[in-house]
Amino acid sequence: MNSANRSIDIALLLGFAGLLLVPWYHIRSGFFGFDWIGDMLSDPRLWPGLGQIADGRLQLLPVLLLLGFALWLRRSAPGPARGRLLLVLGAAGLGWMIAEGFAIGLRGWSLPLEPLLGAIEGQPAFGAGAVLALLSFSGLFAFGLAERGALRGDGFVLGAIVLLVLLVSAFVAYPILAMFAGAFQDFRGNFTTDGIAANILDPAIWSLGCLSGGGCGVAWRTLFLALCTATGSTLLGLVFALAATRTAMPFKKGLRLLTVLPIITPPFVIGLALTMVMGRAGFVTELLESLTGQELGRWIYGLPGIWIAQVLSFTPISFLVLIGVVEGVSPSMEEASQTLRANRWRTFRRVSLPLMAPGLANAFLIGFIESMADFGNPLILGGNGGVLSTEIFFAVVGAQHDPSRAAVLAIILLCFTLSAFLAQRFWLAGRNFATVSGKGDGGRHAELPLVLGGLVVGIAVLWSLFTLFIYGMILFGGFAKVWGLDHTLTLEHYARAFSVSLEHGFTGVAWNSFWTTMGIALAAAPLTAAVGLLTAWLIVRQRFPGKSVFEFSLMMSFAIPGTVIGISYVMAYNLPPLQMTGSALILIFCFVFRNMPVGVRGGVAAMSQIDSSLDEASLTLGANSARTLRRVILPLLKPAILAALVYSFVRAITSISAVIFLVSAKYNMATAYIVGLVENGEYGIAIAYSSALILVMITVIGGFQLLIGERRLRRRAEDGRKVHNIEAREISA
Amino acid sequence: MTHQTEKRGAVSFRGIRKSFGAFTAIPDLNLEIAPGELVTLLGPSGCGKTTTLRMLAGLETPSAGQILIGGKDVTHLPPNRRDVAMVFQSYALFPHMSVLDNVAYGLESGGLKRGEARELADRGLALVGLEAMGHRLPAELSGGQQQRVAVARALVLEPQVLLLDEPLSNLDARLRRRVRTEIRELQQRLGFTAVYVTHDQDEALAVSDRVVVMREGIIEQSGTPRTLYEEPSSEFIADFIGEANVVPCTVDAVAAGRAQVTLGRLSLDLPARTAQIGPAKLSVRARAIRLVPVDAGEETGRVRSMSYLGDHLEYEIDSDIGALFAISTDHAEPLTPGQPVQLSFEQGGAVLIGG
Repeated sequence: MNSANRSIDIALLLGFAGLLLVPWYHIRSGFFGFDWIGDMLSDPRLWPGLGQIADGRLQLLPVLLLLGFALWLRRSAPGPARGRLLLVLGAAGLGWMIAEGFAIGLRGWSLPLEPLLGAIEGQPAFGAGAVLALLSFSGLFAFGLAERGALRGDGFVLGAIVLLVLLVSAFVAYPILAMFAGAFQDFRGNFTTDGIAANILDPAIWSLGCLSGGGCGVAWRTLFLALCTATGSTLLGLVFALAATRTAMPFKKGLRLLTVLPIITPPFVIGLALTMVMGRAGFVTELLESLTGQELGRWIYGLPGIWIAQVLSFTPISFLVLIGVVEGVSPSMEEASQTLRANRWRTFRRVSLPLMAPGLANAFLIGFIESMADFGNPLILGGNGGVLSTEIFFAVVGAQHDPSRAAVLAIILLCFTLSAFLAQRFWLAGRNFATVSGKGDGGRHAELPLVLGGLVVGIAVLWSLFTLFIYGMILFGGFAKVWGLDHTLTLEHYARAFSVSLEHGFTGVAWNSFWTTMGIALAAAPLTAAVGLLTAWLIVRQRFPGKSVFEFSLMMSFAIPGTVIGISYVMAYNLPPLQMTGSALILIFCFVFRNMPVGVRGGVAAMSQIDSSLDEASLTLGANSARTLRRVILPLLKPAILAALVYSFVRAITSISAVIFLVSAKYNMATAYIVGLVENGEYGIAIAYSSALILVMITVIGGFQLLIGERRLRRRAEDGRKVHNIEAREISA
Repeated sequence: MTHQTEKRGAVSFRGIRKSFGAFTAIPDLNLEIAPGELVTLLGPSGCGKTTTLRMLAGLETPSAGQILIGGKDVTHLPPNRRDVAMVFQSYALFPHMSVLDNVAYGLESGGLKRGEARELADRGLALVGLEAMGHRLPAELSGGQQQRVAVARALVLEPQVLLLDEPLSNLDARLRRRVRTEIRELQQRLGFTAVYVTHDQDEALAVSDRVVVMREGIIEQSGTPRTLYEEPSSEFIADFIGEANVVPCTVDAVAAGRAQVTLGRLSLDLPARTAQIGPAKLSVRARAIRLVPVDAGEETGRVRSMSYLGDHLEYEIDSDIGALFAISTDHAEPLTPGQPVQLSFEQGGAVLIGG
């Protein structure tokens, strides 16, 4: 029973550290600068919790009393009775801290309690001390549950669940709620329905004028664009998938490289390259103008341009989804059809295609959600006709400064993507016929009908060439002196961006944001991997009440567009109790919770391949769940952990939609900086910087592939499952 | 203390119910296992035998009821706090650890120092004759060796109860016979309690002190291998254990522990067991049916088909008591389909089904 007290000791230690050692409240200059250590005694704002109580902040007294009570409880015997007290105590502590945090703002009461309780001095946001106390209370809550016998007393799993629920509530649910609240506030934060009344029925959002010759509202435009992009990318993805699996097309292996492109390409780069080729000064535009004599002008700006850029960007994702679907159609089905006197065309139309239909619908919905969430391309190519994501941005950043409007637009966008997500989840659930059974399913996929095959190869080749051309432009653009006017090759842009001198160090304009990006991406990657894998472990390996709700809400958070996350973070973390805007912390949290899906999906996939009897064996051998995780699961997950690290690192570098709301002068990210360059018309440096980023990411991913090697990954996956059977067969043979 | 040691290794299931959602896998299970006993849970797939074992291991929690190990209530204890060890069907050897580390894992989990744990693990490996293999990875061993490592890994913990979940199902037939003998010898030598799950009746009969046959979550019959084989309590047991034909018959008279039974045109004198006068069921073992070719008109049955299986022949017989399945080791003169035969039963080959 020592272990029960040990976990409670840790929780208590955290709590009292918060009360006695570190500043209770938020520090403007940042906690991790540690420059508060010197001034801690002299400056009352830096005092820990106990000092704040002595200073008259009686709202913290319950925290001290509760922790003191917990310390006293520690001496009594462990058991269900003590467990219940700890549980109540932890919940009370959490509840009280959240209540007082929301009730008392910077300048006194932030809830209308003054008439009731009299005036009160304001307090800053939670700081390190408060966070430690929160952790301590959630620990006491979890260990109390464990002592009562929940999940058979597994304190580690309970602690992990409570911690994750707390984190997801604080960094996913709370911002979204704050955003909903933001729709009902004016810019001072007072409650009003003016904003929402003015915006929710705004003709600029909902007008259907385009049906009668006018212009349509931004919501319909976004929806229309998403439908077109989803259609385009799904069809092209299918073409590529068919070309790769069922034709004799040359360079098939090269097609697989396509799937890496969206991972390494910052989302606005395609748009940027398109403006270079087809913008006002682009040579395709000029060529067309000289051929037709027509003034094309800014035709690429607006929906057609965004559409082309999005189809270019999302076709690889669709390809990745559909190649699994197309390969998953059991060859024996097609062979059966052929032996039943059907020719190739009939086989394709009546057997292969219907079997792929659910997969196609899935790819369509993914394309739809991606298009809705896309921010980079519309920002560059939107011109005057933006889409929801860019409208949200301009509603807060531009001259309008109308947070209520931004919130309303974000809610509309969220409704669209969540509906698509729910449709995907419920309508398509269990409808996938294409399953790779891996057993007794030899045979070869039927070749496509001749005409269709030719068409597929033709389109695939053309679109690949177009993609290569666009990427070539990105590399080449960085070396052209003035794009569109003077195509002399020069290193000038690279020099301005990345110059280094011995006396002044990194003098290039890009270095500042580059190092910030690297630092924040490096800090976010291990956290993302840890949170993601821990979540995956709970989902795959543990059973607890409410698990399906936990899993579902987590999955749903994956469908929240980056722009919505960005705006909701701004609205949630601008004021106490959690104040992080302008800090590096907010960027790190944003990446952790935005890229968590990568870690969760990777972890779930990897963990499903580890036979659960390994965990069970470890448990029956006397190891607790923490030890099982550490000694058995984690070592076997090594490749998945590395993959999660690399991909969350890379995604942190390429992301823009959420980040652009959260960067500050001190912490500017590469992508946001590049977008700024584009807005100033400095295309040369922007392109040079983008190419450099792409190269960095190719290096990182390539290095990672070399390090792990796909073969070892695969062997590892099979180790757990197949070895015994193989061995058994060898013996008997 | 003496009380505790007396009970060491005893297992009780008391009123155990296990439901998965709306489905009740085990409605009400009561089972007592004595210290040092090797009990086999036998039954077709889905009968609840593995669920029972997993509840004993702590990998599943019963919906109701109580489980005791060594006299102590462990119903709500996690697996790592029960004094049991388990050999998994897949062996579940940790692929990233050497054989020695695998065997030492449980000892280290229990708080032993690395050095001591390895020493004990070495001894454990010697017990199963693999002392030279400690440095290898599990994947470098043959299936039979892996199986023995799994047994050693469980045994070094000196658990009160050793649990074995279909431990031989990944081995080929010849190896299976050898390993099951080894397991039985180890159990007899070290005297630990063992609960063994299998769906193979030969295996169950060969290793057990007692066989518990389960069906749809209910204990159908429990007893020594000999009892089950010779005195099946139901049609299910007769069929599952002995590949027997179950045919309807009539009990005409019961006297002094003997019953007069009419079966078509045959009449038999059999041990009465629990039989009462009236219609009853008779279990007739396939190997106990003797077939004598006769001329047409004198037959009590007729051969429908014959299969040649090397060391024996299998016949399907149409008879006036129904279709029968018979096994004959007489290779010399195989009967051909259509052949009229006279049926008779060997001594002890036909048993009235109790219940």
